Amino acid sequence: MKEKIAIKVDDLTVAYNFKPVLWDIDLSVPEGVLMAIVGPNGAGKSTLIKAMLDIIKPIAGSVEIFGKPYKKQYKEVAYVPQKGSVDWDFPTTALDVVMMGTYGSLGWIKRPGRQQKKEALEALEKVGMLEFRSRQISQLSGGQQQRIFLARALVQKASIYIMDEPFQGVDATTEKAIINILKELRKEGKTVVVVHHDLQTVPEYFDWVTFLNVKKIATGSVKDIFNDDNLTKTYGINYKVSVLQ
Amino acid sequence: MSVQEYFSLVFTDYTLRTITLGTAILGIVCGMLGSFAVLRKQSLLGDAISHAALPGIVIAFLITGAKNSNTLLVGALISGLIGTFWIKGIITKTHLKSDTALGLILSLFFGFGMLLLTFVQKMPNAQQAGLDKYLFGQAATLVESDVWLMGGVMLIALVVLVVFWKEFKLQHFDADYTKSLGFNTRFLDVVMTALIVLSIVIGLQTVGVVLMSAMLLAPAAAARQWTNNLAVMIFLAAVFGAFSGIFGTAISATSNNLSTGPVIVLIAAFFVVISFIFSPGRGLLFKQIRHWKNRNDLQLHKTLYFMYEIAKTHQDISHPHAVKILNNFQGYTKNSLKSLADREYITVDGAMWSLTPKGYEKAINLYNQQDNLND
Repeated sequence: MKEKIAIKVDDLTVAYNFKPVLWDIDLSVPEGVLMAIVGPNGAGKSTLIKAMLDIIKPIAGSVEIFGKPYKKQYKEVAYVPQKGSVDWDFPTTALDVVMMGTYGSLGWIKRPGRQQKKEALEALEKVGMLEFRSRQISQLSGGQQQRIFLARALVQKASIYIMDEPFQGVDATTEKAIINILKELRKEGKTVVVVHHDLQTVPEYFDWVTFLNVKKIATGSVKDIFNDDNLTKTYGINYKVSVLQ
Repeated sequence: MSVQEYFSLVFTDYTLRTITLGTAILGIVCGMLGSFAVLRKQSLLGDAISHAALPGIVIAFLITGAKNSNTLLVGALISGLIGTFWIKGIITKTHLKSDTALGLILSLFFGFGMLLLTFVQKMPNAQQAGLDKYLFGQAATLVESDVWLMGGVMLIALVVLVVFWKEFKLQHFDADYTKSLGFNTRFLDVVMTALIVLSIVIGLQTVGVVLMSAMLLAPAAAARQWTNNLAVMIFLAAVFGAFSGIFGTAISATSNNLSTGPVIVLIAAFFVVISFIFSPGRGLLFKQIRHWKNRNDLQLHKTLYFMYEIAKTHQDISHPHAVKILNNFQGYTKNSLKSLADREYITVDGAMWSLTPKGYEKAINLYNQQDNLND
């Protein structure tokens, strides 16, 4: 049985301009699961993971990573933001972006050296992007950009990986490549949290799921809670899991 | 004085040397820091800050009653910083978007500054004459101590950029990720904004509040066109900035009554125009040429593929065919046959053409390889 808790969210409430985006969320993510966060647009999925990462300050509640606040545990966590959140016309190369994954362990001021470059190249190889290492990032396809972001997180060698819609706008090959890496991470005992949109693939890709729509609807193993009832509660319309599966 | 005379005098004449050095240093500082403002899509922040400095200049004069440039710049610095904090405050605390906040603060501070300026100019005191020079700047008023101050700011900016190079790069590419790695992005933000405010303040005397933002943006925008490397971009921006300063000073010194600030800004704008048209990777000219070439290639590929369709029905792929049978197909001209022959895809013999093995190979792979288009 999974006993250790990787991420613990307590009474978390987040609001933008007085409008609550997340309302009183309690959530425990056991170590070693591959968890999907699902919910309709505007359900607060991205906000939830940004609050976990201490990027957004909640108006109430707290988040603990392995029992301590994020500030003390940032080396344990790797974040893969939404691909669309950055300007891909930034003057830099694929390798350089992946090297950014080493900056956290380097800390302030210290520059990346040979060791960091080696790690970055290894990560690029893992995502199948080694031959594109010197490519200007604006000349990469959407799927390739996503893999670069994944490689950047892999370089961090964290225990927890938090990803915001890594499958958005990527082709089938990239999706397979990404999911294989996620499953490999789980095999290594890492915890992976993914904001996910494609309900059909939830049972195939993930073993843990959280239903979110401003409030937490349900959280647990896919086997136990991925059903009509929770889908309907989350999305407000009748979903038939039988059809999805 | 001709431009040649200017350049022979620039090393010996005290005034010319001071002004040229000052504008060059200003160009370097603005080029370096402007690169970050441009990459962050905060181009307008510089404009707002420089306009926000105006009331500070006038108030500093009202308080001290003297036109000492350093005290006036301290006033500019303070009111520029207040403007910046208000802008950031409006963005984080209200529903207003950043362009609204920038526009609001810019006009509010500038309006207030102009009001104070007209008030001061009506005062019965000869001292205030020339305060309006801060609107468009007057490089001729630069003295050696001003240049030392500019040099100091340049040194500070350089050291800070070198020390926090990795952090600034990371933050300007992906701020949220920077936070997730445990870096204090607020600190980085404050440092960068402070540097930008400083660079604007030291430029007010030379270029003035109205045109100052162009000094920040133009060299950086021009530099971005030539490179995909951040360090090279910043270096080029500094070079463009320095040359804008030097040439601008040279032109204004050699033609009577041409105000230095506007000339410098125009030179910088000239760099931008040249870069937008002629830079090889991103320039409009080469983009258009590539576009034509692609269209041309596409036509050729269509013709080649048509030939391949004919040739593949024969055992010998190089079996000659009459040019006439291409007539039904609109995509061929004498020129296109010649280009195909030049590329050794076909051989033309009088009124007959035949596909070469190379052309055959190319035609087969034409629609298999997506990469073809990128080559």
